[in-house]
Amino acid sequence: MPLPPAITDLEQLKSHPAIAKLLAWNPVAVEEARFDRDEISIYINRDFIRQACVLLRDNPECPFNFLSDVSCVDWLPQEPRFEVVYHLLSISNKERVRLKVRLDGGSPAVDSVTSIWPAANYFEREVYDLFGVRFTGHPYLRRLLMPEDWEGYPLRKDYPVEGYR
Amino acid sequence: MAHLTPMPVLEPVEDRTMILNMGPQHPSTHGVLRLILEIDGETVVRMMPDIGYLHTGIEKTCEAKFYQQVVPLTDRIDYLCPLTNNLCYCLAVEKLLGLEIPPKAQWMRVLLNELTRINSHLVWLGTHALDIGAMSVFLYCFREREDILRLFEMVSGQRMMTSYFRIGGLALEPPIGFFERARDFANRFPSKVDEYENLLTGNPIWMMRTKGVAKITAEDALALGASGPTLRGSGVDFDLRRDMPYSSYERFKFKVPTSTDGDVFARYMCRVQELRESIAIVQQALDGMPEGAIKADAPKVVLPDREKMKTQMEALIYHFKIITEGFAVPAGEVYQAVESPRGEMGYYVVSDGTAKPYRVHMRAACLANLQTLPMMCEGRLIADVVAAIGSIDIVLGEIDR
Repeated sequence: MPLPPAITDLEQLKSHPAIAKLLAWNPVAVEEARFDRDEISIYINRDFIRQACVLLRDNPECPFNFLSDVSCVDWLPQEPRFEVVYHLLSISNKERVRLKVRLDGGSPAVDSVTSIWPAANYFEREVYDLFGVRFTGHPYLRRLLMPEDWEGYPLRKDYPVEGYR
Repeated sequence: MAHLTPMPVLEPVEDRTMILNMGPQHPSTHGVLRLILEIDGETVVRMMPDIGYLHTGIEKTCEAKFYQQVVPLTDRIDYLCPLTNNLCYCLAVEKLLGLEIPPKAQWMRVLLNELTRINSHLVWLGTHALDIGAMSVFLYCFREREDILRLFEMVSGQRMMTSYFRIGGLALEPPIGFFERARDFANRFPSKVDEYENLLTGNPIWMMRTKGVAKITAEDALALGASGPTLRGSGVDFDLRRDMPYSSYERFKFKVPTSTDGDVFARYMCRVQELRESIAIVQQALDGMPEGAIKADAPKVVLPDREKMKTQMEALIYHFKIITEGFAVPAGEVYQAVESPRGEMGYYVVSDGTAKPYRVHMRAACLANLQTLPMMCEGRLIADVVAAIGSIDIVLGEIDR
């Protein structure tokens, strides 16, 4: 079964409730959108991620009231290097959406969403722990899984699988 | 929502309180969970879970393996429901590849997943009751669990780390006699659930230890990312099997038990009723098991049968190529979620077009569920902490990965 090609044209994706809402609010916030394998990804400008999340959570037609996951992908040697990925779920509408924020490799930082979904607390700490992405406004940004005094961020692509010896 | 992100406990804030360390080596923390409690007498004022003692870097290891080599790693994440992990990972990669799975393989996956759910809930019930002081339930639960492990051993050769699902279908045909034994178990099991309920559900001591203990409201549970029975015990009627079906779950009839009380007893009732629903799904899967292939027709991805490999040149070439250089997966990304015994288990797999996954991330249901623990326990007695830990059914292997 061949895969249908991904749709990346914003015009064609306007009908999706999340994209429509975001575009009506602030067209600058939406950098790019992609519909691939029945899943929708929206690239959000890093300055607007907090407001975009509030907007999607409080959207009366399709409230994304459940934060499934926060994770990160390291695209070394590309710049911007990091992509922080948020998976939102609307329990009432049975709809998922993926938000992405691109971050530079130098000192990656993005606004925390813990005040919107307290669930982000551990998820963001995990991303900070393993990728070194800082979340500004997080109430307790400390290492979660690795020891407190660990050096380096293990899931970065320039960190060897066997670790440093 | 400031009350949902409590301040960490590092030193006592008042003269009358003290810090108590619980775990990581503590029999009722279900693994290596460490809790730092600030207590005032017997009352918990604040709590901070400390995790990471089982961190093995599975996500990093996945990036160095071929797609098919990741399957055995997924077993080790949540060691109480290995087949659910296998399924979630396989579904994610199959979605990336655009593979279609034959009906028999899908039904076998449903059948085994429900057996896994029963297996996991039995361990939970036994240990949870043991923590609270009902010793004998443990023995009853492990008696039935043994039967399920034997069934797993029949299909996969392994009791716990099964790795039975493959990208594109199943590893092997189920052996002769498997369906008979599974049916025998399914017929016997409902009366065993009655036995557990006789021991616990109406038991006054059990009720006192669980009713009204460790309450959480639906809003708080949602905000903290709780899922599965922890969320349904608070009254949110959501189950991925029914609401966002995968692997042909839409063809099965079952109820989703919920309760609005949000306490330990509510979560207990949800899981016990789930045992009954799961065995009903097992019955339906056995009744309607389709005939046909157990692997998708995709020679570049699915290993050929042993017989073909020894007689056909092409099959041998494909076998050699898949084993030595893997198979390339078209670039893209997928988030696949399934309803594990503990809640929403999700696999986020990113491919860059090569034979090794660029990134595999597991959304651990327990990690999010654990965040509800401080909410549940603050203001309650230390003895209730043990009941609360049992009621959210955590597996530290999944939390730490």
